[in-house]
Amino acid sequence: MANLNLVQAINLALIQEMEKNENIVLLGEDIGVNGGVFRVTEGLQKRFGEKRVFDTPLAESGIIGLSIGLAMGGLHPVPEIQFEGFLGPAYDQICSHAARMRSRTRGAFTVPMTIRIPVGGGIHAPELHSDSPEAIYAHTPGLKVVMPSSPYDAKGLLVAALREPDPVLYFEPKRIYRAFREEVPEDEYTLPIGKARTVCEGTDLTIVSWGASVIQCMQAIEKSGKSIELIDLRTIYPFDIDAVAESVNKTGRCVVVHEAPLTCGFGAEISARIMERCFLQLEAPVQRVAGFDTTMPYYKLELDYLPDATRVVRAIEDCLAY
Amino acid sequence: MPITTAYEAKIEHISILDEKGNFDEKLGKGLIPDADLVKLYEAMSSCRQLDQVAFRLQRSGRMGTYPQNMGQEATSLGAAYVLRKDDWMVTCYRENCGLFWRGVPKEAILLHWMGDERGNAMPKPHWVTPIYVPLGTQMLHAAGLTMAARYKGEDRIACTFFGDGASSEGDFHEACNFAANLKIPVVFVCQNNFWAISTPSKINSAAPTFAQRGLSYGMPCLQCDGNDLFATVYTMKKSVEYTRQTGLPCFVEMVTYRLGDHTTADDASRYRDKAEVDAWKARDPIIRLRNFMTARKLWDDAKEAALAERIEKENADAVARAEGIAAPHRADFFDSMYADIPADLAAQRDTMQTHSLGQDPSQLPPEAQERARQMAAEAEAAHH
Repeated sequence: MANLNLVQAINLALIQEMEKNENIVLLGEDIGVNGGVFRVTEGLQKRFGEKRVFDTPLAESGIIGLSIGLAMGGLHPVPEIQFEGFLGPAYDQICSHAARMRSRTRGAFTVPMTIRIPVGGGIHAPELHSDSPEAIYAHTPGLKVVMPSSPYDAKGLLVAALREPDPVLYFEPKRIYRAFREEVPEDEYTLPIGKARTVCEGTDLTIVSWGASVIQCMQAIEKSGKSIELIDLRTIYPFDIDAVAESVNKTGRCVVVHEAPLTCGFGAEISARIMERCFLQLEAPVQRVAGFDTTMPYYKLELDYLPDATRVVRAIEDCLAY
Repeated sequence: MPITTAYEAKIEHISILDEKGNFDEKLGKGLIPDADLVKLYEAMSSCRQLDQVAFRLQRSGRMGTYPQNMGQEATSLGAAYVLRKDDWMVTCYRENCGLFWRGVPKEAILLHWMGDERGNAMPKPHWVTPIYVPLGTQMLHAAGLTMAARYKGEDRIACTFFGDGASSEGDFHEACNFAANLKIPVVFVCQNNFWAISTPSKINSAAPTFAQRGLSYGMPCLQCDGNDLFATVYTMKKSVEYTRQTGLPCFVEMVTYRLGDHTTADDASRYRDKAEVDAWKARDPIIRLRNFMTARKLWDDAKEAALAERIEKENADAVARAEGIAAPHRADFFDSMYADIPADLAAQRDTMQTHSLGQDPSQLPPEAQERARQMAAEAEAAHH
């Protein structure tokens, strides 16, 4: 066991899987000598050589397009997109090709690929470095979308992603890259993609969240003094509706929390599914705490945009008032 | 200080057999053995006839939108003839002739345009990728496929095809830049057929040639007459040899012409002159080769008649095979999304005819559950 932060946990997962599977290659902007702008790939080029860890020209569509070819050719590429705000140029390759290749060729060609993407706000970053676009990709059939909320989960989920036969978008919440450490086993373990984690159990209300927001939810639960069950989705697609439904059928109340804008955020999907699966047990309408339908503000106001414990407590109180 | 020249380049144009029948013996002699020449001619003729068959299939409602290859047969065929059978060919959608030469079954292409994904699975054993629809994206995949091959110690290269229009897409430039800088052996082949639907090539590039696009990525560039099979073979031999030996990419522009409409949904008479089309009809790659072969006593009217009869039957058989493939089960489009279907998707598949999506059937009131059971049984019976 080692006491690691999220960056170190990802680094460890990459090292261990690259040692086991020589078909894993890493590529992206500044990931080689520089070890990535967040140092997630620190030391990996030195350890595995330039053939397996290489810098590319500055072009996101090129990085993903090349990776798709690498994957079709039998490798498992791990492209890094430096910030989620730069996913835009790669959208076509991700959604028009990576997501559809298995389906459109009825399995003749597949794209096993793990796209690593730092995501979200809260680190005083410049413009287009703080968004939360996970719902866009959860809405695209053929992709899997993962977002860990702790170092332990980050390692287990990344190892699982690196063994997936289909493309995975692995979002890394940069707000908690170095926010805390926890014990992370050096021994091999995986966390199944598509399974949620019950962070804490409770009977009054269920909170569903993922990524860095899970930390805000934990603070809110402590502040509220209520018996609240917190479910960390871990995987946005395919998502663990069974875990959510089981909890909400028990508590009858639910608050969904995410950084992304409210409208068509993934909370909307969770809310609709709760209607379908828990209608007869619901005591209150599902409440949502989310980013607003505005452009993510520059960092002077980013904390006014991001869900925090105070807003979550308010939603808990509203939900319990019914 | 005097002004010096920082960079200077020239681009060679290769033409061996022109439309008037002039033949450059120095470049062309021994380039293609006579027996191969006959086979290549037959391949072009067969591809042309299939185009006509496909057009009729579309007009009679037996096939969806189809892009004819007419006039461009010598481009991809020249490449396929020169490439090794295990080099990747990563094409767009007007390279049927080369794909068939590589062994891709004709019904694969027909099936694709008949709205059936299973056509896209058939090219795999032939080191060919399926038809690509969004323009310009496939060149990056060609680079990745070859890089993966090199990573595994294989010496295959890739040849990727795209049009003059696709060379305006960002992905084209990114693919050239990646291949050049990361040293990936890809032969980039631009089929300049002068028209991207109604957009003339001059709107896609203000430069005198498309070949020179490769210069800015440090690649050797050649231009050739794309309607001259000798020229496409000669140019591909030079280019493939360079790329195989150096492991570096190079660039080819094949100057050709789209004799047909963009697709069966298009009417090219809305935007281009008949005189221009007629001028290009006189440069038809098939007629040119037939005249050459006839003059060299390799071909005659009797052989032509026998060939026409043979390819008509071959292509009718291909259509029969494509139409004979039973429609897939409607659950197929669910089952092919992931290696293992997520439980939620399986539920959508299993209840697609009976419930609103996402509804947990066990949560329905009892009478609705009974109705759903009946509907499921009826739907399944109707499908079979």
